[in-house]
Amino acid sequence: MSVLLEIDDLAVEFSTRRGVVQAVRGASFRLEKGETLGVVGESGSGKSVTSYALMRILDRGGRVTGGGLRYGGVDLRAASDREMAALRGREIGMIFQNPRAALNPIRKVGRQIGDVLIRHARATRADAQARAVAALAAVEIRNPEARYHAYPFELSGGMCQRVVIALALACDPRLLIADEPTTGLDVTTQKAVMDLIAGLTRARGMSTILITHDLGLAAAYCDRVAVMKDGAVVETAPAAQVFAQPSHPYTARLMKATARPGASLRDLLPTAAPAPARPAPGAPLLVVEGLEKTFADGVRAVKGVDLVVRAGESVGLVGESGCGKSTTSAMIMRLLDPSAGRIIFDGQDIGAIPAARFPRDPRRGAIQMVFQDATDSLNPRFTARRAILDPLLGLTSLDRAARAARVAALAAQVGLPPTLLDRFPHQLSGGQKARVGIARALATAPRLLILDEPTAALDVSIQAVVLNLLADLRAQLGMAYLFVSHDLHVVRLPCDRVLVMRDGEIVEQGDAETVMTRPSHPYTRSLIDAAPHPPSPANTPANTPADTPVETPPCAI
Amino acid sequence: MTDAAAASSGFWRHAAHVLRDNPVTGLAFALFVLIVFAAAFGPALAPHDPLASNAALALQPPGAAHWFGTDALGRDVFSRVLVATRLDLTISVAAVALSFLVGASVGAAAGYWGGWVDAVSGRMIDTIMAFPLFVLAMGIVAALGNTVENIIYATAIINLPFYARVARAEVAIRREAGFAQAARLAGATDLRVLALHIFPNALPPMMVQLSLNMGWAILNAAGLSFIGLGVRPPTPEWGIMVAEGANYIVSGEWWLAIFPGLALMLAVFTFNLLGDGLRDLVDPRRRT
Amino acid sequence: MAPAREAAGVMGGAAPFAPPPAPSAAPSAAPSAAPPAAPTALGRWLRGERLAGDAAAAAVSARAALRARALMIFRRVALAIPALIGVVVVSFVLTRALPGDPAAYFAGPAADAASIAQIRADLGLDRSLPEQFLVYVGDLLRGDLGQSISTGQPVAEELARRLPASLELTLSALALSTLVGVPLGVAAAARQGTWVDHACRALVTAGVSLPTFFTGIALVYVFYYLLGWAPSPLGRLDFLYLPPEPVTGFYTIDAALAGEGETLRGALAQLALPAITLALFTMAPLARMARAAMLEALGSDYVRTARAAGLGPRKVLFGVAFSNAMLPVVTTLGMVFSFTLGANVLVEKVFAWPGVGSYAVEALVVSDYAAVQGFVLAMAALFVALNLGIDLLYTLIDPRTRSAQ
Repeated sequence: MSVLLEIDDLAVEFSTRRGVVQAVRGASFRLEKGETLGVVGESGSGKSVTSYALMRILDRGGRVTGGGLRYGGVDLRAASDREMAALRGREIGMIFQNPRAALNPIRKVGRQIGDVLIRHARATRADAQARAVAALAAVEIRNPEARYHAYPFELSGGMCQRVVIALALACDPRLLIADEPTTGLDVTTQKAVMDLIAGLTRARGMSTILITHDLGLAAAYCDRVAVMKDGAVVETAPAAQVFAQPSHPYTARLMKATARPGASLRDLLPTAAPAPARPAPGAPLLVVEGLEKTFADGVRAVKGVDLVVRAGESVGLVGESGCGKSTTSAMIMRLLDPSAGRIIFDGQDIGAIPAARFPRDPRRGAIQMVFQDATDSLNPRFTARRAILDPLLGLTSLDRAARAARVAALAAQVGLPPTLLDRFPHQLSGGQKARVGIARALATAPRLLILDEPTAALDVSIQAVVLNLLADLRAQLGMAYLFVSHDLHVVRLPCDRVLVMRDGEIVEQGDAETVMTRPSHPYTRSLIDAAPHPPSPANTPANTPADTPVETPPCAI
Repeated sequence: MTDAAAASSGFWRHAAHVLRDNPVTGLAFALFVLIVFAAAFGPALAPHDPLASNAALALQPPGAAHWFGTDALGRDVFSRVLVATRLDLTISVAAVALSFLVGASVGAAAGYWGGWVDAVSGRMIDTIMAFPLFVLAMGIVAALGNTVENIIYATAIINLPFYARVARAEVAIRREAGFAQAARLAGATDLRVLALHIFPNALPPMMVQLSLNMGWAILNAAGLSFIGLGVRPPTPEWGIMVAEGANYIVSGEWWLAIFPGLALMLAVFTFNLLGDGLRDLVDPRRRT
Repeated sequence: MAPAREAAGVMGGAAPFAPPPAPSAAPSAAPSAAPPAAPTALGRWLRGERLAGDAAAAAVSARAALRARALMIFRRVALAIPALIGVVVVSFVLTRALPGDPAAYFAGPAADAASIAQIRADLGLDRSLPEQFLVYVGDLLRGDLGQSISTGQPVAEELARRLPASLELTLSALALSTLVGVPLGVAAAARQGTWVDHACRALVTAGVSLPTFFTGIALVYVFYYLLGWAPSPLGRLDFLYLPPEPVTGFYTIDAALAGEGETLRGALAQLALPAITLALFTMAPLARMARAAMLEALGSDYVRTARAAGLGPRKVLFGVAFSNAMLPVVTTLGMVFSFTLGANVLVEKVFAWPGVGSYAVEALVVSDYAAVQGFVLAMAALFVALNLGIDLLYTLIDPRTRSAQ
C-alpha cells in the first residue's frame, strides 16, 4: 500500500497576547491510501490544529515552525499559496463541526457547491447546476433538484452536514479530513452521517482522517487510531489494539475513563477504589402525575409524564434533544409552570405554586440543580466563593461565620482547593467550574438534586472524575438524584432506574441494567444501537481490589 | 482580609493593570482628568475675566498676554475656552446621566419581562428614532423654550433610545442564562435577579455606549448652541464661541473659532477613547 | 420599523425540507433526529415539524413565491405607518407645547384682550386639543404646513423650493462617504495591522470626534483663506453664474443636462467643501461598521469552509465575506441618514447653503414656530421613507428576511 500523507515531527505555535503557545509539538503519523485514521484526544491536545496546519488554514498568529508535511509526495510546506489553494478541495476535502454555520447563509446551497466545482474546473457555468444536483444526490439527499435552491437556514442540522459533505467531496478528493463532524448532532443523526461518510469514502477508495474526542466513534469507524495529548502523538495503533491493549499510560487512562457497556463507575477512574454505597431507596420523595407543557406558540413539549423518585434513589431521564426532558426538569425545579399535571414533593403539591413565587418558598432549598454548562451557570462577576455563598444568603439565616464555615466545608467536600475560591469563572478550568456548580447546589443540603447533563461539556477523563464524585456525595448525603442526559451510556453508570423519553412522553422505564441490556421499546433499542462505544472491557487491565479508603479525587483538572 | 477589603484592593490592582496594559487608555484617562480639572477649577484659574470686554484690545492674535488671542469684544479667548469647559461638561453629564438612568431602566424592564412593557416602550423608542435626532432636539428646544435646561432635556431624550436598546438586548440574552436560573434557585425573586445578577453583567457593553454618548452629547449641545439655541451671549460656551468666530475666519482671524473648536474636539476625542478603557475596568473577564 | 435592526434570526414560514430517513443500509429505522430545539416557533420549524413531507416542500411554485414577496413588502410598508403616525403626533404635541400664549404673540404688544381672543379663535386655538389635532391632520393631508410668520409665505412651498439644494448636498456627501469609507473599512479588515488598518482606525476616531460645524469652518480657513483653492462659501453658485434650467433642482445635474460646462464647474466648486465636510462626518460610522462586519465575516465558519474548499482569496474576500459583511453596513446606513439630516443643518449654516436646514435655522432665530415644526415634520417623514427604503433593500440582499412573517 502506498503512503498518501506523511506528517513528521510537526510543530505549530500561536502568538497570543500572553506570549507564544505551542499547540503542536512533534506530531507524526502516516496515512495509507484508502485507510481511515482516527485522531483522538481531549480538548487542547492539538488534534484540530494539526489538520488546519496541513491545509494551511491556520488562524492569524498561527505558524508551522517545524516538521515535514508531505501529501502524495508533494511537500506541503514548500508549496506556494496558489498550489495550496488548488490542492484544497480538489485533492483534500475538509468538513467541520457546526454544519449550519459552515455554509454561506445568504447563498443557495446548490450554488455553493457549484462554486467549488467551477473553481476546480470540474464544471462549467452551463452544467454547474446539474453537477451540483448530482453531488447532492450522492450524499443521499432526497429530492436534490429542489434542495439545490434551499438556503442553509431552511435545512435541519443533519441536512446541512450532508450538504457540507457534498461540498467537500464534490471534486472527488483523495483525502477527507473530518474535524468533529458529528458533535452537536443527535445520536441517530450522528450514526446516519458517519455511515454516510464511511460508505462514500469506501466506495471512492478515499482516505479519511477522523478527528474526534469520542473514543466510541473512533472505535466504530477507524482502521487505525492516533492518540494525541498536549500537542504530541502518544500512541498510534490499529483500532482494536488501541482499545484492547493500549501501550501508553495516557491511552490506558483515556480508555478506562470512557463509559462503555460492562464498566462500572469505579472502572472509569485511573486508580481503583471500592464501589460507592448505593443507599436503599426509601419512601417516594417526588411524584409527578400527568405533567404537561404547551407553550404559547402551541408547541406541546411535554405530553403527560408520570415519574416517581424515591428518597436516596438515582433516576435517569434519557432522550434526544427536543424530547422534552429539559422542559420536564425545569418544571420539576419550579422554574417553569406546567400547563397541567401535579408535582408532589414530600407529600405536598408544589406544582400549584407559581414559578415566580417559588424562590421565596421554604421548600426551595430542598430541590436544587446542577446545570449543564458550568460556564453559563456561574455569574461572571462572582468569585467561586460568592457563587457558593449565594444560596446560603438567600435561603438560610446563618450568620457570617457560619456561612463562611459552610462554604469551606462544601469546597472540601467537592474537592475544590480553598485557593481557588477567590477566582472568577474565567480563571477556572472546566472541571473546577463543575465542582463549583456542585458545591453551590449542595449548599442548602437538598433532598432532591436534578442534574441536567452535568458532564456533557467536559472531557472524558474529567467526566469520569465528576461522575464518581457525584456518586460518592450521594452515598454520603443520602440525596435523591434525577439525572437528565442524552447519553445512555453515561446515565447507566450512576443511576438505579432509567426512563426513556421521546416527543414529550415516557416510552420506557425500568431498572438501569435491564433497560440497557434488554430494552423492550424499539426506540430505546435504536438509541442504544446508534450510540457508538469502544469494545467491552474483556481485555482491559483488571481492577485490583483496593484497601485504600474512598478519597475525593484530586482537583488538578 | 474581609471580603469587601479584598475585593476593593483587587479592583485597584486590576485598574492599575488596565492602565498599564493599554497606553491609549492611560492617555484617555489622563486627558479625562485634565478636562474634569479644568471644569472644576477653570473659573478660578482663568488669567482674565471671561466676560470682561475691552474694545481697545479687540481681535488681537495669540501672544504673550493673551495666549489664545482676543475676540471681537476684546475678551480673552483662553479664559473663555477654559471657563466654558464647566458649562459644556455639565450639560453633557447631566443629559447622559438622565438618559442612562431612564433608558437603561426601561430597556432592562422591557428585556426581562417583555409583554406590554416591551410593546409600549418599544413604540416610544421607535417614535423617537423615527426622527433625525438632531432635528428632534431642535424641535424640542424650540417648543419648550430656549434655555440651558431644555438643551439638557432635549439631549437626554434623543439619547434615550441607545441605552434602551442596548439594555434590552443585553438583558434579554441573559434572562434565561444558567446563572440567572441559579439565582432563582438560591431564593432571588425576579426583581432581585434582574437588579443584582443580570444588570451588573449587562453593564460592560453599556459602559462603552455611555462614553461614546458623552462625546456625542457634547457635540449635540455645541451644535445646538452653534445655531443659536440654549446658551446665549455673553456666556462662554464652545459652540457659541465657534459660531461667533465663524464670521471672522474668512477675514483671517482664525483664533476666535479654532481654539474653542479644538477644545471641543479634544473633549469628544477623550470620551471616545475612554469607552474601551471603561469597559475593561468594569468587565471581570478582563482580569487575569 | 426602526432603523437599527434587532438581532437577525427572522425565520419565516418558507416550506422547510424534511430530513431524509437513515440510509437503507442501516438496520435502524429511526428517522434522523433534528438539531437542539428551543420551545419556540423557530425551534419547531428548525426541527422540521411543520412539514407534510417532500411533496409539499418541493412544490413552491413561482406564483406562490411572488405572492409571498408582495405580502412581505406590503407588511413592511404597513409597519412604516405607525411610525408616521407617531411622528405626526409628536409634531403636534411640540407645536402645542409653546410657552406662553401664541395668540398674544401674533396679536402684538399693542393688542387688547378682545383682539387677542379674536386671533385665538381665528387660529383655532380655542377648540379642544383633539379637535385641534384633527384640524392639524386635515391641514397636513392637504399639504398645508402653516404660514411662516417672518416671510408670510406658506411653509410647505418654501420647504419644497429649498429641498433640492439640501438633497444635492446630502446625497453627494453620502455618495462620497460610501465610496471612500466602505472600501477603506473593507481594506482595513483584509489587511489587519498594516498602515491601511491604522489609517482607518485613525479616520474613524477622528471622524466621530469632529464637530461638523468646526470641520467646515476649519476647511474654509485652510482651503479658501490660506490656499485660495475653494471659492467663497456663499451658497450654491457664485453670483457670476446663472442657475441652469431647473429639471431636477440639482444645479450640477441640471447644468450637465443643459451642457453648460462653466456653470457645472462653478456649481461643483461650490459643492466641494460642504460635501466634504458632511462626508467626513458620515464616513466614520460607515468605515467602522464596514471594518467590523468584514472582520467578523472573515473569521466566520463559512469563510473557513470556502478556504478549505480551495476558493481563491479574491473570491473568498469579495464573493463570500463581502456580501455577508454588507448586511450590517446597509443597516448602518439608516443611522447614518439620521446623523446626516441633522448635520445638514449645521453645514448649511456654515456655507450659507440655501437649503431647508438654513431655512429652519433662520426661522428659529425669529421664533417662527410654524416654520420650525414644518421642517421637523418634513425631515421626519423623509427619514421614515428612507428607512423603509433601506428595509426593503435589506430584504433584497438577505434571503432570511424574505418570507412574509
